[in-house]
Amino acid sequence: MNIGIVDFLVASALLFAIGFFGVLLRRNTLVVYMCLELMLNAVNLALVAFSRFNGTMDGNIFVFFIITVAAAEVAVGLAIIVTLFRRRETVQLPDLNLLRH
Amino acid sequence: MVDFLFYFFTAVTWGSAAMVVLSRNPVNAAMFLIVAMVGIAGLFVLLSAFFLAVLQVLVYAGAVVVLFLFVIMLLDEGEKRRIRAGKVSSVASVMALVLLLVGALSVAVSPDLVVPGMGEARTLGTTEPVGDAPREYGYHLFTAYMLPFQVAGFLLLVAMIGVILLSKRYRDESEVRAQV
Repeated sequence: MNIGIVDFLVASALLFAIGFFGVLLRRNTLVVYMCLELMLNAVNLALVAFSRFNGTMDGNIFVFFIITVAAAEVAVGLAIIVTLFRRRETVQLPDLNLLRH
Repeated sequence: MVDFLFYFFTAVTWGSAAMVVLSRNPVNAAMFLIVAMVGIAGLFVLLSAFFLAVLQVLVYAGAVVVLFLFVIMLLDEGEKRRIRAGKVSSVASVMALVLLLVGALSVAVSPDLVVPGMGEARTLGTTEPVGDAPREYGYHLFTAYMLPFQVAGFLLLVAMIGVILLSKRYRDESEVRAQV
């Protein structure tokens, strides 16, 4: 029972860093999307930890909203990826350079 | 016991998150994403946020990852490329890691410096959890958070219309122009 808020914040920070690496390093649009979800979840974890240790419900309510927005975002993003694939026959980010320069 | 569970769930979450980033096959990445989400749900349970833990498993591990798997199988990318990192991305990610570690360590070493009062010996054992019944969420959603709640509902409607419009298959461009 010795776990404090700092431990949860460190767990959340490293999880966020892992997701950030995925977004920067991976080239597959779908995997980049999954890593975005990981980053959102890291933020959720930090919010729930703050809520728990401050004795308020506000962080939990925010997580509720974040989950809603993330679900909507995934639906729209995946629809965009499917439309892109239909036009360009690829989901690799280096090939999707239509807007470059 | 709680300490052990915390370390266990954290290790599971970190490991499977790393595997999401590293695995070459997107299907494997989605599977590891499920494990990471369940690990986070476990951490939510440790934080006494039972409702959010259930929601996490239902929405993320259930709906979102299934959506990902559907799209992966729909697209069926042929060859798998090696993961090659660009020079700028590598430098940027290393810098980001250093900055995040500095932030996390500064919180861990001197919590009072970052947030006043955070360094008090508040642990899972010494604090009481706030009421986490679905009724609590309902009460807050329909009183203090009424407007964000409505906006979230409207956002879901907009997202649904957007997805339908995006995934509709048009025969040719003239049909698009005729509909617009």
